[in-house]
Amino acid sequence: MDSKRGWPNPEVIRAKRGTLGKVTLMSNISRDDVANLAKLARIDMSDNELDHLSNELSVILDAVARVQEVAGADVPPTSHPLPLKNVFRADEVRPSLTPEEALSGAPAHEEQRFKVPQILGEE
Amino acid sequence: MINKSATEMAAALKAGEISSVELTQAHLDQITKVDSEVHAFLYVDNEGALSQARAIDEKRKSGVDLPPLAGVPLALKDVMTQKGVPTTCGSKMLEGWRPPYDSTVVTRLKENGVVILGKTNMDEFAMGSSTENSAYGPTHNPWDLTRIPGGSGGGSSAALAAFEAPLAIGTDTGGSIRQPAAVTGTVGVKPTYGGVSRYGLVAFSSSLDQAGPCARTVLDAAYLHEAIGGYDKLDSTSINAPVPPVVAAAKDGNVKGMKIGVIKELQGDGYQPGVLKLFNESLELLAQQGAEIVEVSCKYFDYALAAYYLIAPSECSSNLARFDAMRYGMRVGSGSAEDVMNLTRQAGFGREVKRRIILGTYALSSGYYDAYYGSAQKVRTLISRDFENAFKLADVLVSPTAPTTAFKIGEKANDPIAMYLNDIATIPTNLAGIGGMSLPSGLAEEDGLPAGFQIMAPAMQDDRMYKVGSALEAALVSKWGQPILASAPKLGAK
Repeated sequence: MDSKRGWPNPEVIRAKRGTLGKVTLMSNISRDDVANLAKLARIDMSDNELDHLSNELSVILDAVARVQEVAGADVPPTSHPLPLKNVFRADEVRPSLTPEEALSGAPAHEEQRFKVPQILGEE
Repeated sequence: MINKSATEMAAALKAGEISSVELTQAHLDQITKVDSEVHAFLYVDNEGALSQARAIDEKRKSGVDLPPLAGVPLALKDVMTQKGVPTTCGSKMLEGWRPPYDSTVVTRLKENGVVILGKTNMDEFAMGSSTENSAYGPTHNPWDLTRIPGGSGGGSSAALAAFEAPLAIGTDTGGSIRQPAAVTGTVGVKPTYGGVSRYGLVAFSSSLDQAGPCARTVLDAAYLHEAIGGYDKLDSTSINAPVPPVVAAAKDGNVKGMKIGVIKELQGDGYQPGVLKLFNESLELLAQQGAEIVEVSCKYFDYALAAYYLIAPSECSSNLARFDAMRYGMRVGSGSAEDVMNLTRQAGFGREVKRRIILGTYALSSGYYDAYYGSAQKVRTLISRDFENAFKLADVLVSPTAPTTAFKIGEKANDPIAMYLNDIATIPTNLAGIGGMSLPSGLAEEDGLPAGFQIMAPAMQDDRMYKVGSALEAALVSKWGQPILASAPKLGAK
């Protein structure tokens, strides 16, 4: 870790890969882990992609895990730069897209509805 | 005329020296001449642009008082919806999609009579620092066609540097307006978060995304900022306050007595020596104009990149769930809805987008949430506090925009850890929601390529960046004897 920049030095990682074949990483994301994440994210990844990504993710997670060093219990989290509050508006009829406009980008539609593949099982 | 500033073009239009149709045609001709080399545009709207220009010319003839930028052409980043015009976000997922509505930025551009030439290339869904992640091929840096134009908004900045447009719109989640500006010798501004509406901006990371102006001069950027900025009821995170007086500030450009804070953590190791040298020369010019230079420390900035690469992928994994093959965009395969989603998202998303969705899905999953996403949110607080403390000591904060000049296309494409480092100096402002500007500081001695000077200001004090930027720009142009882009190579010889 190049402490000055808070980020691993890419050259060191490359060099380690060259000499050791594989970097020793704290985070170890297995191929099965990535396959499960891909399933959750609804992406049908190829075997090649799963292999590649498990190695890459381990390197990236090692780099980002550093946030834990300074995230003490006394520090409140920030989810958003602005103090957010609910924004309400009056419940009034106002202009909106026509059904034709709303359906204009649909892969398939029928009778003013989005036509989608089967959602429920057979039973 | 295409080499002039937008402000000069607007003056010529007002004086009747040129029509908007002529000006628009001149830019369309330049696009035809050079864009096969640069590839800044994904779509050129010849007819739409000329018809907008004709409408403005007619209005002007009828004696109506027009807004300052009326009739001036602009290039729009392909992440912004424009009704009826293809909007791809640089992704196969949205190939051929024509949105049924205008983004608020586009609505305001139209109200201001700005002529939209077309849509510019970008890293897919704005994820990247080089525009190499576009599904439609990379954009080339007009300074050296073998190099990247920055990203994600490399198309917008390259269009400016290649004189294909005098103005452009960018969006900045971690530096996507400022870093491309830095490496192309142009000006780019990320306004305060909430300063420009996000309605119709295809979301990447909603708590960080911010649209803003790209231009060749600070004053041009200010005019565009005022045209697109301000409260919008269609964006619940839009700030309900007037746009800071950025045009007045850019015209003023008086830095006498201002305190300029140099952030200790955003220099030194990892920054190209020539970039740092230009940065220090710029500081000297500001000091000569009566600004006081002070050093400030923001010790948690060292954690900004790590926090960003948890927060942005987390939000992206949630935002990009909308690409489900049901209502718009690509649909691939058959079978159940879930099969179709799986196949479509596999076919429609590129490598970097998938990488970030998976990383975000991991960071948000139960068991890891507190350690990763939760900790990153705490770092976000610490970085905001760093800024608050630094702004007690200085009116604006400054740093180099990007650690290096433009690198070669392909050089870092397979190395995300190296690629992410490009944004090390721009990311803190996104995390804190404050404004940041990049303007050219000169050409680095090692490679003769442009570098950027970054100015940051407290939330809703965007005018301070314009004041300092304008002062520095005037001093630099007078030192060089010409604008920086006058020394860029000539394109279109082929």
